[in-house]
Amino acid sequence: MQLTGGAVSRYNCRFSLNTPATMPSAISIQAVSKRFGQLQALDAISFNVEQGEFFALLGPNGAGKTTLITTMAGLTRADSGSVRIMGNDVVTQFREARRSLGVVPQELVFDPFLTVRETLRFQSGYFGLPRNDVWIDELLHKLGLADKADANMRALSGGMKRRVMVAQALVHRPPVIVLDEPTAGVDVELRQSLWEFVRELNAAGHTIILTTHYLEEAETLCSRIAMLKNGRLIALDNMDKLLAHSARREVALKLSAALPAELEALRLRQEEGRHILQLQDLGQLENVLSILRHRNITVRELNVIETDLESVFVKMMNGVTV
Amino acid sequence: MQGFLTLLKKELVRFWKVSFQTVAAPVLTALMYQLIFAHVMNSHGQVYPGVSYTAFLIPGLAMMSMAQNAFANSSSSLIQSKITGNIVFLLLPPLTATEFFGAYLIASIVRGLAVGAGVLLVTAGFGLPLPAHPLWMLTFAFLGSGVLGALGVIAGIWAEKFDQLAAFQNFLIMPLTFLSGVFYSINGLPPFWREASHLNPVFYMIDGFRYGFFGQADVHPALACAVVAASFLLLSSLALWLIKNGYKLRH
Ligand SMILES: Nc1ncnc2c1ncn2[C@@H]1O[C@H](COP(=O)(O)OP(=O)(O)OP(=O)(O)O)[C@@H](O)[C@H]1O
Ligand SMILES: [Mg+2]
Repeated sequence: MQLTGGAVSRYNCRFSLNTPATMPSAISIQAVSKRFGQLQALDAISFNVEQGEFFALLGPNGAGKTTLITTMAGLTRADSGSVRIMGNDVVTQFREARRSLGVVPQELVFDPFLTVRETLRFQSGYFGLPRNDVWIDELLHKLGLADKADANMRALSGGMKRRVMVAQALVHRPPVIVLDEPTAGVDVELRQSLWEFVRELNAAGHTIILTTHYLEEAETLCSRIAMLKNGRLIALDNMDKLLAHSARREVALKLSAALPAELEALRLRQEEGRHILQLQDLGQLENVLSILRHRNITVRELNVIETDLESVFVKMMNGVTV
Repeated sequence: MQGFLTLLKKELVRFWKVSFQTVAAPVLTALMYQLIFAHVMNSHGQVYPGVSYTAFLIPGLAMMSMAQNAFANSSSSLIQSKITGNIVFLLLPPLTATEFFGAYLIASIVRGLAVGAGVLLVTAGFGLPLPAHPLWMLTFAFLGSGVLGALGVIAGIWAEKFDQLAAFQNFLIMPLTFLSGVFYSINGLPPFWREASHLNPVFYMIDGFRYGFFGQADVHPALACAVVAASFLLLSSLALWLIKNGYKLRH
């Protein structure tokens, strides 16, 4: 895998730039398929995430993101194919694989009998780390839970419970961290402080994989993305490449008369009386305008449509190749 | 190993935090059985030479309470974790099937023993002698709680809803523990029921446990021990196999 410099250096992924051949991928997914009855939840998915990457797994509801993540975590068993975490197979070398992985599950779950601190101490113990209070205190502090340390889990708000789940996933300092929609139902402030913290972890060398339906989050944070749809991998690329590919500019024009015939070829579609034209670059706009002037057609409205991840996403999901 | 110890601690804390309900309540229930049956059956004379009915009843009640509570401990803990979803926090760490099973099993045994000790303590005044064979007594206490603790793990993994677990408890555990010679010696039963009781592993737990106190019982303690130990190994192997294969835990 080759990571392009720009996207990577943005968040200082120090491992990605000069990856020695011997270093195992953080996550290696090979031909993983999974059926639930008639439903093909995952269909021969293969890709790698390298150490130090900040990676987004995107797709609409039911695409298979959570199924893929639970397969990495050993909570779901693939029908065929294999997953390795830091080089360890999640089935045959599950102890090593699970020690390397921290997962924040999508569903909000907690043990109602425990306080926040007890929750974290027990979780730490399950990973074989009985005396971990220094790190637990740091996690509580970083996630804004310090004053809730002795509160019962039942007494926390939904967003607070989500933070505890993040802390639980990090309690054994895993090199690979997977967050399944960690910002669902979370206020703006926590979202920002959470991403700040996750960026710090990434800068410290942790590999991050996240899913989110807020595409701006993925766009600003992640250097590489995979898109799933109906259990199939439909895109896998660097963020800037993906955006650049579809950077053929689109302009929306509202005209006083019909679109001249010589511009028909540029037209992508028509919406609400506007013609959407696709241009190679903005320089081509000059040409378009001169043709219109020549025909005495007045431009009533002109908008340049920005490509962002969201528009790429929508196109991909509608089967348009970008 | 550390993971196992942590899970064991969590399971112990879980029932100990509510020990009024998990230990004191079953002890009180057993005491009431003792009061009522001792009163009603007082005129029945001796079950074994030198053993009055009231004394005879005590070890049976203690073992029945141990069995029911050992079962309740592992099964209710597992089903609660499954239904609330927090079992995921036990499935993500690198715990082996043996560590997972061992923690639930031992916590069940500890709860069984705590309840058993409580029952013996509050009923001892009804004429319970000091154990004639303390080692046999302890062997049956441990193994008996272990059998039901292991069965509780299986039931907790199998059940998807509380009412499925309740059905397991009401239609299997209750009949097995009640129809096991707690309240009578099976030698006084008609031949058919006597034979039927011989198929019930809980009968051997109670009979063996009683032997530990009185030095007398319906079957030889070695036979009883063999049956109980075999049940324990069988159920433990099944539970371990289910956990290893992720049955109803990993999809
Ligand atoms: N345990 C299960 N039994 C049956 N079907 C399941 C199970 N888990 C997931 N599915 C199905 O598999 C498909 C993929 O689900 P998955 O949860 O992986 O989607 P997702 O991409 O995470 O969606 P979302 O964005 O809504 O979280 C869905 O159609 C879902 O209904
Ligand atoms: Mg999901």
